[in-house]
Amino acid sequence: MSFTEILFYVFSAVLVVSSIGVITARNPVHAALFLVFAFFNSAVLWLLMEAEFLAIVLVLVYVGAVMVLFLFVVMMLDINIAQMRAGFAKYAPLGIVVALIVVGEIGSVVWLKSSGSEAVANALGASSGAAAPAAAPGYSNTQALGELLYTQYLYPLELASVLLLVAIVAAISLTMHKRTGQKVQDVSAQVNVNAKDRVRIVKMAPEKEPTAEPKV
Amino acid sequence: MIPLQHELLLSGILFSISITGIFLNRKNVILLLMCIELLLLAVNFNFIAFSRQLGDLHGQVFVFFILTVAAAESAIGLAILVVLFRQRKSINVEQLDTMKG
Repeated sequence: MSFTEILFYVFSAVLVVSSIGVITARNPVHAALFLVFAFFNSAVLWLLMEAEFLAIVLVLVYVGAVMVLFLFVVMMLDINIAQMRAGFAKYAPLGIVVALIVVGEIGSVVWLKSSGSEAVANALGASSGAAAPAAAPGYSNTQALGELLYTQYLYPLELASVLLLVAIVAAISLTMHKRTGQKVQDVSAQVNVNAKDRVRIVKMAPEKEPTAEPKV
Repeated sequence: MIPLQHELLLSGILFSISITGIFLNRKNVILLLMCIELLLLAVNFNFIAFSRQLGDLHGQVFVFFILTVAAAESAIGLAILVVLFRQRKSINVEQLDTMKG
């Protein structure tokens, strides 16, 4: 067993444990932190699986942005944890049974190769026997991905960027709200004011000045 | 070289853990969103494993797009959650029965 394989299994075990931590943590903040840990381990695993660019993107986008957003929201909302946890034990057996069934099904499909199904064997073909060709010396995963993204996938890339823009606008317009009764300056109202709205000029006769000087 | 089966099995285990999480935490919308993130991560593992084994970069392009969509989804989901909490003072899924669905 080579060093990379040992690393793969170790980090897979840590990933599974931390994702179990995500779903069983009592405190949502702990769940979010476990999820950060799971994303970090996934990034390491993706590095081992030769997807270097995506590993870095996972750390930057997920750990750096999405999980910080999650933590902000978790800490901002005042959640009644005990009420949220009600029914946890009630649904646990069902959830575990479903999980075991799903793992069993996926495992049986994955190992059909050894039980002799030709189609699956072809689909899984190159896996165990012939190793995938090693990368050329000057190969850059980022460069290859970029060439693919900016030529063949140019329109989907533009669509994805538009989608992100729509998401920004939607998120901001959803959460923005005007509070009433705040003492703030409204600059546009101040600039738009006219003199005749503010000052009233009254014509009146001049008043007689007091002439009598007090005698010394 | 890590066998493809082991990578697929890891992805399957991750997927089923997050499905269990959806079962267990069905009252807490934040944890539901986290479980969805974990589901998408498991799917991404499949794409990357096959992309590596077949020597085909298109799988990684798909992962890229899935990451984009998942980030947008979680941002909008959290925004909706904040608005919901402001209105109802609670994010319990069981109390969201205004529409009598």
